[in-house]
Amino acid sequence: MGFEKFGRKSFTSVTKTAKFVDILATGKIDGTACKKCGTKFFPPRADCSVCFSKDMDWFDMPQNGKLETFTTSYYAPTGFEQDTPYTMGVVNFGNGLKLFARLAKTVKTEDVKVGMDVGVRSMKYDDGQVSFEIVKI
Amino acid sequence: MTKDVAVIGVGQSSFVRGYEGSIRELAFEAFREAMQDAGITQKNVDASVFCSAPEYDKQRSPAGVLAEYLGLIPQPTLYIETLCSSSSTGVKIAYSMIKSGLHDVVVVLGFQKMSEITSAESQERMGRGADIQWESPFGTMMPAYYAMYAQSYMANNGLTYDDLTAVRVKAATYGVINEKAVYRKGVKPQDFDPKNPEAKLAQLVALPLRVGDCCANADGSSCVILASAEKAKALCKKPVWILGVGAASESVNMAARPDCSKGLSVAYRAAEQAYKMAGVGPKDIDVAEVHDCFTIAEIMAYEGLGFAKPGEGKELIRARETYKEGRIPVNLDGGLLSKGHPIGATGGSQIRTIVLQLRGEAGQMQLKDPEIGLVHNIGGVGLYGNITIFGR
Repeated sequence: MGFEKFGRKSFTSVTKTAKFVDILATGKIDGTACKKCGTKFFPPRADCSVCFSKDMDWFDMPQNGKLETFTTSYYAPTGFEQDTPYTMGVVNFGNGLKLFARLAKTVKTEDVKVGMDVGVRSMKYDDGQVSFEIVKI
Repeated sequence: MTKDVAVIGVGQSSFVRGYEGSIRELAFEAFREAMQDAGITQKNVDASVFCSAPEYDKQRSPAGVLAEYLGLIPQPTLYIETLCSSSSTGVKIAYSMIKSGLHDVVVVLGFQKMSEITSAESQERMGRGADIQWESPFGTMMPAYYAMYAQSYMANNGLTYDDLTAVRVKAATYGVINEKAVYRKGVKPQDFDPKNPEAKLAQLVALPLRVGDCCANADGSSCVILASAEKAKALCKKPVWILGVGAASESVNMAARPDCSKGLSVAYRAAEQAYKMAGVGPKDIDVAEVHDCFTIAEIMAYEGLGFAKPGEGKELIRARETYKEGRIPVNLDGGLLSKGHPIGATGGSQIRTIVLQLRGEAGQMQLKDPEIGLVHNIGGVGLYGNITIFGR
């Protein structure tokens, strides 16, 4: 249990990576790194697909990267209608690490550009859900 | 190039909004047409494969129920799903079943009845075809994913709104003459004028994609009947041979994918396999069906298939090379954009279009004497990809 707290609305509650949510609540966005072969994963995984180890460590994701692409959605699937419009995008931190998230509400769509410098931070919704979001830097 | 497995019959229901019947009745429409096209009875068929994306209707394990309604029991049957590419995956499985020597004649039936749920519910289900643990919690949906590809193409590859509009205008040109298409209206560039409040197609869905950039949900079914070389020669006057098949998969999460400006990796990988197996290249293709679930998807398909260099797909539509009169005609049946996209039926419908072209039976859409045709069918946001090459 625990993963139901992730995101605007979670679709799953049980995962071996649920600690991600507890770490997120402390303000950190973490991926997992294999203790045996060192491969880093984001989103986090409980099992290393490279060496098959299940011995994983948490590591803090980089905080700054470039916005690889984005979209602003004017329609939403069931359960997200009250949030429209909202912007989502992919951040590339380099070194093979990327992250997908929404952009903070404070960022205006017209100010968003592919390739711009962005940061990521944890955030909390009024209903107690925890997530992370992309911000302009 | 080997000629071991042939298509001996094809059929398709009309693609419609709100089909007035059950999924078994919908499936029967394509099945009846394909069986009559092949001129065979159920006694000639020794297995069936049913294909759809799950959760759009209440029936679980549909293969048994549909096989019974189609009169295909007690022959073995099974259910296949790879989202929007389900029925071309079904064709690949049936190809393998025949090539292995286990079966001689196999029916592949793709179906989808999407109208039992609302558009928002449908988007939620489609969104859950993405990563439900790490991405769906942000409120993702199919148009948003493809929009991120379009945004990247605009920023990195010089793609414009006019290019996307041009893809839709082309699709509509052929949708108008396809009696089985759900959207039979013509589309003009002015229909995308953002200054015109009446222009419904211009309304933004997910920046930069507009209503007119998105295919329509529909109810529909398709049927492809495959046979071994021996049976095909005995049963069929105009067999169309499967010359090459290719398939690939890609990371579901955007965070683990190549940069969006490079298009869908599954298309490149599956195309390479299919071309190699068929012993042909992009220049040998006379007619193609590509998975234009969104206008941007067609531009990416041009590149994935090698019709254009990476990043230059837009040039093909600008030069009208993919029109009927062009160098490589694409989606002469209106594509998913105008014909409609009943998920599980789409691959089989694309195959039907190519088979009719190669037989010279495509009516108003018919090209002059095409010999080799290609079908590009994508599942999810490039999560799965199948390329199938056909010849006479």
